[in-house]
Amino acid sequence: MLAKLMSLFLLGLIRLLTGAQARWVGCPPKAEQRIYFANHQSHADLVMIWAALPQELRSITRPIAARDYWTKTPFRQWITTAVFNAIYVDRARVKGDLPAGAEDHDPLEPLIEALDHGDSVILFPEGTRGNAEEPQAFKAGLFNLAQKFPQVVLVPAWIDNVQRVMPKGEVVPVPILCSVTFGAPIVLGPAEERRAFLDRARQAVIALRSV
Amino acid sequence: MNQFLRALTPSQQVGALFLIVFGILVVVSVAAFLLTLREQTPARDDAWQDELANFRRLLATSWVMVVAFWMAWALGETAATVLFALIAFFALREFITLSPTRRGDHRSLVLAFFVVLPVQFWLVGTEHFDLFTVFIPVYVFLAMPVVSALSGDTRHFLERNAKLQWGITVCVYGMSHVPALLLLDFNGYRGKGAFLVFFLVLVVQTCMLVQHVVTRRLKLPPSAPEISQSFNWTSWMLGMAVGSVVGGAFSFITPFKPGQALALAFVACVAGSMGHLVMKALKRDRGVPAWGRRGQSVTGANGLLDRVDALCFAAPIFFHSVRWYFGA
Repeated sequence: MLAKLMSLFLLGLIRLLTGAQARWVGCPPKAEQRIYFANHQSHADLVMIWAALPQELRSITRPIAARDYWTKTPFRQWITTAVFNAIYVDRARVKGDLPAGAEDHDPLEPLIEALDHGDSVILFPEGTRGNAEEPQAFKAGLFNLAQKFPQVVLVPAWIDNVQRVMPKGEVVPVPILCSVTFGAPIVLGPAEERRAFLDRARQAVIALRSV
Repeated sequence: MNQFLRALTPSQQVGALFLIVFGILVVVSVAAFLLTLREQTPARDDAWQDELANFRRLLATSWVMVVAFWMAWALGETAATVLFALIAFFALREFITLSPTRRGDHRSLVLAFFVVLPVQFWLVGTEHFDLFTVFIPVYVFLAMPVVSALSGDTRHFLERNAKLQWGITVCVYGMSHVPALLLLDFNGYRGKGAFLVFFLVLVVQTCMLVQHVVTRRLKLPPSAPEISQSFNWTSWMLGMAVGSVVGGAFSFITPFKPGQALALAFVACVAGSMGHLVMKALKRDRGVPAWGRRGQSVTGANGLLDRVDALCFAAPIFFHSVRWYFGA
């Protein structure tokens, strides 16, 4: 009940501030199992893409949240689990600098679990927020998932303007129109190399900036 | 008929005005709907269909606007002020979106949206007329660059601040003069400010519409092709003339005599159409055809500023002309 209210409140707030416009350029919004992968410039990206999806897809799509940031306070933890239904990922492990003595298991484990359940996921393959105009090189996670789940549709997405709404280090968001552009799905070729695929995926995201 | 209308109380008169406007809208909508049912001759099919679709969209916008005005009026002056504050908010949002800002502008933007805008409309709502006319040009004019300077980013400093000041002046300052008209106090004209707003919107829209239609029908060449494809001096003058005459004819709903109404309508039309031209130049500079996001949106962000820009320029000039001439 509380989570429902919170999600309505958040949706209203985001629409008031940003318009939260979804532009389905390359594919229609459809209830099939998908991996959305997008550029990452702000923690608000997660909220933005969540708000841009239609209600029916929102309930079957789970965004990825960085565990260190989104579990720092009980409120953040509650909002990511109860409202966004997010999947936590350890950024430290993704980056490869394991704390001493930590158990070494696959950081993609929770993602694989969610995909096995038939959920769609939202992924930010840069791994961390970028400050530059163009996204950084993609991490291997997207490739591994594409290999493991060949039946899942890979949809690139470009999130526009969000960093202007709330730049790093600011607490008050300002109203600026934002949009999420969804492009045509890409498919992993039968013999495609990891690096080549990741670069192609990155180009697919960048190409959406100017449509 | 006139005697009967004059005998009504101010709020009954405004109610009658809305009844007439709604009546006209119903008639036009029914006519447009019947036109869609009519069988098409293939010769004029596509262009005609486009025109009709365009017209129906315009009609839908008119409905939304009239219903919003009516609700605001029915709920009282406070609600009207809040309505125009919201319009100013969405217009400023569109303006800022298309004016690239830098990280250093963040605090200034927070100030503009969450302090300047509410304070300006609060000043209007509480009838602090002397302060509301100087609040933005005097106080905010200094406050904005100070906040920007404190952020320590000097790149394109003048340019960034000029954009911000412009956005605030057009969207907030200009728009806030519309509800201010509602509260303007004439002798024996209390409670009928809605007529002044109606008068302003009517003459400005009539003038813009006549201009648009004349340019399209007569296929006149644009006078300033770099700025606008639809601006032509002949059609502009025709628009001015029709707008002013309509203003003179509607003097009975205003506190003005016909001559005064004609002159004020002329002033409002000049300000509105020229303001519209200036905003077109700004859009050209940004390389966009409209303020809305690529012409499609489900969130109401579909080029609100395109619709209200003439009003944003006309309202302050109209307001101050009226105040100056009548000492209201």
